[in-house]
Amino acid sequence: MSTLLIEQILNGLQYGAMLFLLASGLTLIFGIMGVINLTHGSFYMVGAFCAAYAATATGSFAAAVLAALVGAGLYGLVMELVVIRRLYARDHLDQVLATFGMILFTNELVSVVFGRTPPFMDIPSFLTGTVALLPGLSYPVVRLAFILVGAVVAVGLWLLITRTRIGMLIRAGADDRAMVDALGVDIRRLFSLVFALGAVLCGLAGVMTAPLLAVEIGMGERILITTFVVIVVGGVGSVRGAAVGALIVGMIDSLGRAYIPITLYELLPPEIASTLAAGLVSASIYVAMAAILLVRPRGLLPARG
Amino acid sequence: MSDSLTHSAAAAAAPRPGPGRRLVVHGPGLAIFAAMPAIAAAAGDPFVVSLFTRFLIYAIAAVALDLVMGYGALISFGHAAFFGLGGYVVGIIAHHAAETGTIFGLATSNSALVVWPVAIGLSALLALIIGALSLRTQGVQFIMITLAFGQMVYFMLVSLEVYGGDDGLLIMERNTLPGLDLSDPTVFYYLCLAVLACWLLLCRRLVGSRFGMVLRGLKQNERRAVNLGFAPLPHRLAAFVISGAGTGLAGVLWANYALYVSPDMAAWSKSGEFMSIVILGGVGTLFGPVIGAAVFLGLEQLLAIWTEHWMLVMGPVLVAVVLFARRGLYGFLVGERSHD
Repeated sequence: MSTLLIEQILNGLQYGAMLFLLASGLTLIFGIMGVINLTHGSFYMVGAFCAAYAATATGSFAAAVLAALVGAGLYGLVMELVVIRRLYARDHLDQVLATFGMILFTNELVSVVFGRTPPFMDIPSFLTGTVALLPGLSYPVVRLAFILVGAVVAVGLWLLITRTRIGMLIRAGADDRAMVDALGVDIRRLFSLVFALGAVLCGLAGVMTAPLLAVEIGMGERILITTFVVIVVGGVGSVRGAAVGALIVGMIDSLGRAYIPITLYELLPPEIASTLAAGLVSASIYVAMAAILLVRPRGLLPARG
Repeated sequence: MSDSLTHSAAAAAAPRPGPGRRLVVHGPGLAIFAAMPAIAAAAGDPFVVSLFTRFLIYAIAAVALDLVMGYGALISFGHAAFFGLGGYVVGIIAHHAAETGTIFGLATSNSALVVWPVAIGLSALLALIIGALSLRTQGVQFIMITLAFGQMVYFMLVSLEVYGGDDGLLIMERNTLPGLDLSDPTVFYYLCLAVLACWLLLCRRLVGSRFGMVLRGLKQNERRAVNLGFAPLPHRLAAFVISGAGTGLAGVLWANYALYVSPDMAAWSKSGEFMSIVILGGVGTLFGPVIGAAVFLGLEQLLAIWTEHWMLVMGPVLVAVVLFARRGLYGFLVGERSHD
């Protein structure tokens, strides 16, 4: 029982780390420029496809990482310059429609460039195998490595945002864009930078997913919705909120997967339990989000006091 | 919303285009819809009637969504839940009718006069629950919490193994209405057209009524409306429930049209599609969503015939509409600002 718990907590940490990579960029983009960017998940998909393609072509994991970061980052930058840039002053509805259109476009573009059959990416050889964490608990090395990468990036991002001048401007921009603009900072360039950084982080998340889950068209939308759950739970516009939200959602998802079916089978007849469990497992994070929003309508750690 | 006061002031100052251009748009539009089965028969292509039936059903859902989105400024990203529920009520009753003849101990009926009100009522009830909880939040949080409730309904439908789970549920035959043969595509088309017309008339009465004025007043300036003595929650909740019922009705028609329901009816992408249709056609207008539905689905169909990679074109078209036709197609055609 306790090894299952530890294993699920580690899984939750890994999923949470990946969600944080996506959520931090998305929440900054919303916080600073007020853009609801539905294409954020597409950068993750582009990253995963680039990684899998490069890994298949070269056999090198380093090449896969590079391809994902560059591919997703460049695509994000182009998107910002061509489309997003024109949406700052628009209301949320226009942003939703335009970025919804770009999701359709990106999905099709990726399937034209990489083909409809998704490339398969192996776990790199130096990350294969398991490590014995406790007696009776061995855990895949690759997942541990991804937790570590997620943690390092999270700390790095936290340092960037709290300890550097760029970070100060980003925080100030998220709090009051007009004021930062008035102080003579080129908020558009700052934003392009944040947007590209967000896309690069999506690429990193894509690399971290490619060996573990299926790389496929539409993977971006599924994770996008979860990412929105993360930032809404944590508080829109706040990086601390994104971290807290990512951990909460990661934990609820992985613990729910393990314990909701077990609990229900103990309480209910099997045929009802199996139906209910499948639905509840998938819906658990949405139930949690609804519950949190009902108590704290602006999320746990909103950006503005 | 802070600048909406100046907006409406500017709109009032600008010379308003007379009803002329509106007639030029509405007249032929109505004529095309009314004559479509005859045109299709003359052209020898019955598929067109089927396509136009889809336009009508989506238009009903889009008009319902615009009621809350355009007139109440409540951006619901979970409206597909009501579409899905409406459809599933039809599907589930038909399933039990075919299997056992009873549902939860009650005799089943295939009559639209029984099934449809039940489906619409349940959709309204779901909207009441979701609305009452979601309306505690505002802005982005409202968008997201409605999305969350939509996803809950979606996953519940996926997990209903008894009713096909992921694969959905086939429906043997359409519901029956006395005096009408709904299995005839032309009859069904005209029924959908009549339902859309009634729904438009009802919504028009609604937005023009005192209730609609309060709703729009709340959208323009909530503090002002509250200080005038109007409570926001009951008005918004009522609009949400009516809108949910209308979307459920569209789901009912869809189940009857496609003779098939699946969880995809309640998926978030369906909500996104409805939203796109409304924005494309013109937010805050009643006929805009109708045009939006026809253009969105029609374009989808045309592009799919032209190229397998139709989304490569569809995506940029949506972006272009946002960037260049700011008031949606209806505003572009009619040349007036959308109502606020």
